[in-house]
Amino acid sequence: MRSTFLSTLLDVAKHNDKIFLLCGDLGYSVLEPFAAAFPQRFLNVGIAEQNMIAVASGLAKEGYNVFVYSLGNFPTLRCLEQIRYDVCYHNLSVKVVAVGGGYSYGPLGTSHHTTEDFGVLRTLPRMRVAAPGDPHETAAITRYYGSLAGPGYLRLNKTGEFCVHPQSLEPVGPTTYCLKKGKTTAVLANGSMLQDVFQDPRFELNQWALFSVPFVKPMDLDWLVGLAQEFEELISLEEHQLSCGFGSALAEGLMDLYSQGKISRVPRLKRVAIPDVFVEHSGSQAYLKATVGLKL
Amino acid sequence: MNSPLKPWGKQIDARSLRRTILQMAWAGGSVHLGSSFSLVELVAVLYQHFIRLNWADRNDDARDILALSKGHGVMALYACFREFGWLNDADIQGYFSPKNHLKGLSSAHVPGIEVSGGSLGHGITVSTGMALASKLKGSDRRVFALLGDGEMNEGSVWESLLFAAHHQLNRLFVIVDSNRFQAMGESSLILNMGSLKQKFEAFGFEVIEVDGHNVADLQNAFERLVTSTDPRPKALVAHTIKGKGVSFMENNNDWHYLRLTEETYQAALGELSP
Amino acid sequence: MSSENLAREVRELCLRLCHKHRASHIGGAYSVADILAVLYQDILEFHPEDAGWEGRDRLFYSKGHACTALYAVLEKKGFFQNLLEEFSVDGTYFTSHVNHHIPGVELSTGSLGHALGVACGTALAGKTLGKSWKSFAILSDGELDEGSNWEAFLFAPQQKLTNLCAVIDYNKIQSFGRIAEVLDLEPLADKLRAFRWQCLEVDGHDHQALRQALGDFKTGKTPGPLALVCHTIKGKGVSFMENQLAWHYKSPNDAQLEQGLKELAAHA
Repeated sequence: MRSTFLSTLLDVAKHNDKIFLLCGDLGYSVLEPFAAAFPQRFLNVGIAEQNMIAVASGLAKEGYNVFVYSLGNFPTLRCLEQIRYDVCYHNLSVKVVAVGGGYSYGPLGTSHHTTEDFGVLRTLPRMRVAAPGDPHETAAITRYYGSLAGPGYLRLNKTGEFCVHPQSLEPVGPTTYCLKKGKTTAVLANGSMLQDVFQDPRFELNQWALFSVPFVKPMDLDWLVGLAQEFEELISLEEHQLSCGFGSALAEGLMDLYSQGKISRVPRLKRVAIPDVFVEHSGSQAYLKATVGLKL
Repeated sequence: MNSPLKPWGKQIDARSLRRTILQMAWAGGSVHLGSSFSLVELVAVLYQHFIRLNWADRNDDARDILALSKGHGVMALYACFREFGWLNDADIQGYFSPKNHLKGLSSAHVPGIEVSGGSLGHGITVSTGMALASKLKGSDRRVFALLGDGEMNEGSVWESLLFAAHHQLNRLFVIVDSNRFQAMGESSLILNMGSLKQKFEAFGFEVIEVDGHNVADLQNAFERLVTSTDPRPKALVAHTIKGKGVSFMENNNDWHYLRLTEETYQAALGELSP
Repeated sequence: MSSENLAREVRELCLRLCHKHRASHIGGAYSVADILAVLYQDILEFHPEDAGWEGRDRLFYSKGHACTALYAVLEKKGFFQNLLEEFSVDGTYFTSHVNHHIPGVELSTGSLGHALGVACGTALAGKTLGKSWKSFAILSDGELDEGSNWEAFLFAPQQKLTNLCAVIDYNKIQSFGRIAEVLDLEPLADKLRAFRWQCLEVDGHDHQALRQALGDFKTGKTPGPLALVCHTIKGKGVSFMENQLAWHYKSPNDAQLEQGLKELAAHA
C-alpha cells in the first residue's frame, strides 16, 4: 500500500504542481522517488511532528496541497492539537498519511501500534478519515485527496497487500464497494480487515454479502439506509479499538437514522474490533490480530 | 552502612555485547543494528561502573535508573542483561518472535527496562520527572537518560531540558549517542543539530564531549560528572559511529533498516569473534 | 502618523476595549504595542482594503491571548472600524484570542507554540515560489516553554529561511508568575544562537531601535532567520499595570480607565 500510495502521489504531482510532500524522517526506501522527481516539493522536516503539521499548514496557506507522511501515532496523536487547530479549523489542504495502520508494525511494540487514530481524528470537524483495503482503494483515495481542498487522513497498512478489486477504481471520494452479494448478513470490512475476510474460509462457506468501507468518515447514510432495509445482521471489522472507530460510526449512523424515522428497524450489528486493550507482547500483524480476536 | 546498591563491577566486554546483538538481530530478523552498535561502549561503561543496582532485587526503589529514550537501540541493553544472567540464550534466540516479551523497541514490561521507548522524545521527559522526584525526596539516585542525536529533533526533548535546568536536577545525566545519522540519512542534511555542546550549555547544563567508543575516556567523563558539585544537570555528548564494530556497517545508514543475510551475518560474526 | 502616536492610540483603544468588554490580557497587549506599531507604521507592506493581497508581508501573531493589541492596530490602520462595539460580542468574529476571519489576521491563535511553525511553512513557500514578501512571527516569552517552538527554531536555519523573522516579546512574566520563577529561559539569546539563528536584542519600547532592526531585516540587510528579542515591560504605558502579573487577567474599572487614559495622553 505504501508503494502504491507513493507511485500514485508521484503521478498526481506530475499533473499538479501544488502537491507537496513532507515527512517526519520516516519513509526510507519508500519516498525517495518523489524526492528525486520533485526536490522543490519534498522535504524531510526531521523528527518533529508538531512542527511538521505547522509547516504543512503554512505551505497550505500559500496554496499547496500538502501530504504529510510518517508512521502511525506520530503524525496523528503526537501533534493532534496542531491538526485540530492549524489544519482543520483553518480548513487547510493538509493530508495526513500514516503508514503502519493497526498492528502492521506489530513486533516493534505498542508505540508502533496504530489503534486509536480513527477515534481521535473522527471527532475533528472537516476531517475525512480513510483506511483503504487494498492497493486499488489506496490509489483511488490518494487521487481523491490530491484534488480535495481541506483536511484528510489516510491510514495505510504497510506492504504486501493483494488486490481485492479486479481493476483500478475511480477517485470518487467517500464511497463503499459491494464485493459480494448475499443475504441476511452483510460483512462490512474496513482497511486491512478486507484482506483477512477474503482469506477467511468461513466467508466462503456462508451466503454473506461483503462490502469494503474504506471511509470511516464521512459515512454514507443513504448506503446505510439500504443496508438496514436489506439485511438482518451486519458485521463490522476494523483494526482499531472498539470505541470511537468504524463500528461505532456505523452504530451511530444507524441509531440516528432510526431516530429520524429514516429506517424502521435497526439490524443487529456485531462489531469486531480491539476490545479496549493494549497488546504488550511481540508479534506479527496476523498474530496480534488473532490475539485480540479480529476475525469473522 | 553497607548499601546493597552497586554497579555490576565486573568487566563488560563491548565485543561480546556486539556479538549478542548480532545474534539477536539474526535470530529475530530485526533491524536497527547500526543504532544498537553505536551505544555499546556507553551502556557497558555505565553498567560496569556507574549504575548502582541491588543485584539481589532488581526493583529496589533506591536503584539508579537508565532510561533508554532511543528505544530502537534496545538490543544493546538486552545484551547487557544477558551478561547479568537476566536473559538466557533462549530469550535471545526468541527475540522479535511472536509471543516473546522482547520486542523490537524497549518496553518497560521487560524487567530491567525502566521506560518504554519506541516513540522518540518520551524517555527523556519521564526521566526528568523521576529526577525531580528523587530531588524532592533528597535521594542521591542517579537518573541516566540515553538519547539519540536524531531524537533531539523532538520539541519534547527541549521542554525537558528547560525543565531540568530550571529545577537544577543535578542527578539527571542526559547522554546523547551522537552518531550523526537518523532514520533517513545524515542528520546534517535533515535537521542539523549544530553543536550539541553549545546547545546544552545554553540550556543550562554542565556538559562534557567525549569519544563514545573510548572506554577509558567514557569512564573518566562519567566519573567527573557523577562527582561534580555543580548544581546544574549534566550532559554527556558521546561522539559515536553508527554501526560501530563491523566494518561494512560503520557509517552506513542502510543498517538502520537492513536485515542480516546468511552472508552478512557470517561476515559480521567473523569481525566480532573473540 | 508616527509609530509613537500609533502605539499610544493602540494602547488607548486596548484600554477601552478591556474596560468596556471586561476583557483580560491587557498587560501582554501593552508589552507588544510598540512592536506592532513600528511594524504596521514603518515596516510591513499591506493594503487594508485588500487584506489578502498576495504581495503582503505575512504576520503571524502567536500570542493570540493579547488580541486587543493586534485588533487595535489593524483598526487604526483601516482594516475595519467597528472594533469597540463588536469586540467579543455574540455572533461576531472578534473572539478574545485572535481569529483569522478578521481581515488582516493571518492565523487564529490562542493555543501557544503554533504560529512560528506556520510562519516557517509560509516562509518556505515564499522561498520556493520566489516571492519577495517576508514572514514574521510575534511570540510571547512564556510560550517558548513549548517544544513545538524549538522544533521550529531547529527547522528554520536548516531551510535557510532568510525571509523569516521571529519577534519575541520578552516581558518576563507568564500566566502564573515570573519567567525566572516558573521556567527560566535565560540565557535566551545564547539558546537562539546555539540554534543557529541570527539574534539581536533590543529595547522593545524604543521605536528607533525597533525600526532599525526590523527595517534591516525587511530590506534584506540582516538576513533571517532572525530572532529579535525585545526586552519589554508587561503593562507598559500605564503605571499601575507595569510589571504586574495581575494585569494578565484583570480588566480596568471606571477609575482605572480614567487614570490610564490620562497617563497615556500625557505621553502624547
